[in-house]
Amino acid sequence: MSTTRIREPFRDRLSLIVIRIMLAVVLGLVLLPLVYIVASSFSSPAAVNAGRVSFWPVEFSLDAYRAALSNSEVLRGYYNSLIYAVAGTAISVSLTVAIAYPLSRKSFYGRNVVMTLLIFTMLFSGGLIPTYMVVHDLGMLNTRWALLIPGAIGVWQVIIARTFFANSIPDELYEAAALDGASDLRVLRSVVLPLSKPLLAVLALMYTIYQWNTYFDALVYLKDPDLFPLQIVLRNILILNTPRTGAIDLAESMRQQQLANVLRYALIVISSLPVLIIYPFVARYFTKGVMVGAVKG
Amino acid sequence: MFPEVDSGRPVRPARHPGIPVPRRSRWSQAQRAWRAHWQLYLLVIVPLAYFVIFKYIPMAFNVIAFKDYSPVLGPWDSPWVGLRNFEQLFNNPVFATLLKNTFILAFYLVLASFPIPILLAIGLNEISNGWFKRTVQMVTYAPYFISTVVVVSMTILLLSPQVGLVSKGLGQVGVGPMNLLAEPDFFRHIYVWTDVWQTAGYSAVIYLAALAGIDPALHEAAKIDGAGRLQRIWNVDLPGIMPTAVIMLILGVGNMMAIGFEKAYLLQNNLNLAQSEIIPTYVYKTGLVNADFSMATAVGLFNSVINLCLLLAVNFAAKRVTGNGLWR
Repeated sequence: MSTTRIREPFRDRLSLIVIRIMLAVVLGLVLLPLVYIVASSFSSPAAVNAGRVSFWPVEFSLDAYRAALSNSEVLRGYYNSLIYAVAGTAISVSLTVAIAYPLSRKSFYGRNVVMTLLIFTMLFSGGLIPTYMVVHDLGMLNTRWALLIPGAIGVWQVIIARTFFANSIPDELYEAAALDGASDLRVLRSVVLPLSKPLLAVLALMYTIYQWNTYFDALVYLKDPDLFPLQIVLRNILILNTPRTGAIDLAESMRQQQLANVLRYALIVISSLPVLIIYPFVARYFTKGVMVGAVKG
Repeated sequence: MFPEVDSGRPVRPARHPGIPVPRRSRWSQAQRAWRAHWQLYLLVIVPLAYFVIFKYIPMAFNVIAFKDYSPVLGPWDSPWVGLRNFEQLFNNPVFATLLKNTFILAFYLVLASFPIPILLAIGLNEISNGWFKRTVQMVTYAPYFISTVVVVSMTILLLSPQVGLVSKGLGQVGVGPMNLLAEPDFFRHIYVWTDVWQTAGYSAVIYLAALAGIDPALHEAAKIDGAGRLQRIWNVDLPGIMPTAVIMLILGVGNMMAIGFEKAYLLQNNLNLAQSEIIPTYVYKTGLVNADFSMATAVGLFNSVINLCLLLAVNFAAKRVTGNGLWR
């Protein structure tokens, strides 16, 4: 018996080439803006302001980074964002597991009611002002809690976690644990959580990235600059372009203006760096998380 | 030996043997579950309180849309005004613009961001595994992790009339320096295509999974029948990912009116306001900048109701047409 491999007809090879070319174009379109920003951040302020930079640093210089890292607002924003990311993730993951685990148990009477309550909040939201009023009434305005609590649980994340628990922990395990006399909390601690490390990683990542990237809650709830997360600081510097020069003579103020301009490129790189560094290592898990959530439960 | 086990819950012996046990009522079922699994109920208390406090109480606070809210009296004791806020809103000339801007932007966004991830996924699915495929996937996925503030900043820098890359490119083809961000007509294109740039790779992942789930035998059979690559994509791949696509479309339309305040607000400036003012940004300005809580809540409520109706309508239509919906 000989197997004959069916040779791909010409038009199929041609269409493959077209597909490859199109993907290469997509690759370029996504990549080039990023390359431009990075290249500019490593160029001299004069070159950037003259528009001489495209995809490779011109007159290599670290001035932009020196300026960015000596900016006290940026450093404080970085520090605040780290706090929000760590504390927010801890709170969010705990609360998500606390509701997703019971929801995954068949013996949790009333789980359909609870699930419906949760899903409904995805369909219909209370709105900005009413939520603001609640946060105000709780005395959270202008405190760190305002960034940690009001957005703590994502319904999507609850669904992902519940689906994971339901699919990866067989009922027999619960039965065995019950026969051994383990309580539900004990089962969670000693059986379910150790078996759910990939899930915990996914949840932690999703919440960390959310906390690191969001600026809306801070814009609405915070007034005190000492509490501002990095994204608000970035917005003030990058988009509102707050004037911050106190120079007297023209040449010096020109130089400072140029530096302020190139500083923006460096800030973009610095602020996105933590997320983009961990990204290649966690992309796989993140993808898995997206998949789990995509399964209808 | 052991008592009968029903998903971890040992059955208790009947209290009065000989008396027939009636079918358990819902209430007694709940009681039994509570007794056997009180720890599960303990666990959900705090998360449930979260949903009640931060999701359901705000829904109740929407009553102030029908009141003349005074912070001193609070949402419950403020005087009723019926539909006055809504009348004012509908008679406000700004409202028509607002509604138009929001709808067009939302539709444009759904239309543009629905097909592109599908095309990307199909393309990636066709080429063989290797560094090129991995690179394209990695790179297109990455922008999803960049924050909105940074994406908007990058957009501003790229479009900057003096030094931006885009203006330089336009200069090459003979178009003079122009500030695209100051042109109202360009706001929607900028908003939508930066969004596609940011999310296409991420959304493609979902379709790639759906494509991977298609039975290879179908492709083999199609090949033997003489179907070319494009025919196989059209007749095997597309029907295979249809259920996923329908759900993604429903979710897309369902979130339509919830389109990002974040990005629209950041891309706004006084020059492009004619097209960039949408309902969420208007709510923010009316409510928190001008402190007109009742009016802002009325606008927000209007938006939420429209959004819910849209979602239900699309879900209904999708179920009718394809048999797939969010709910069975």
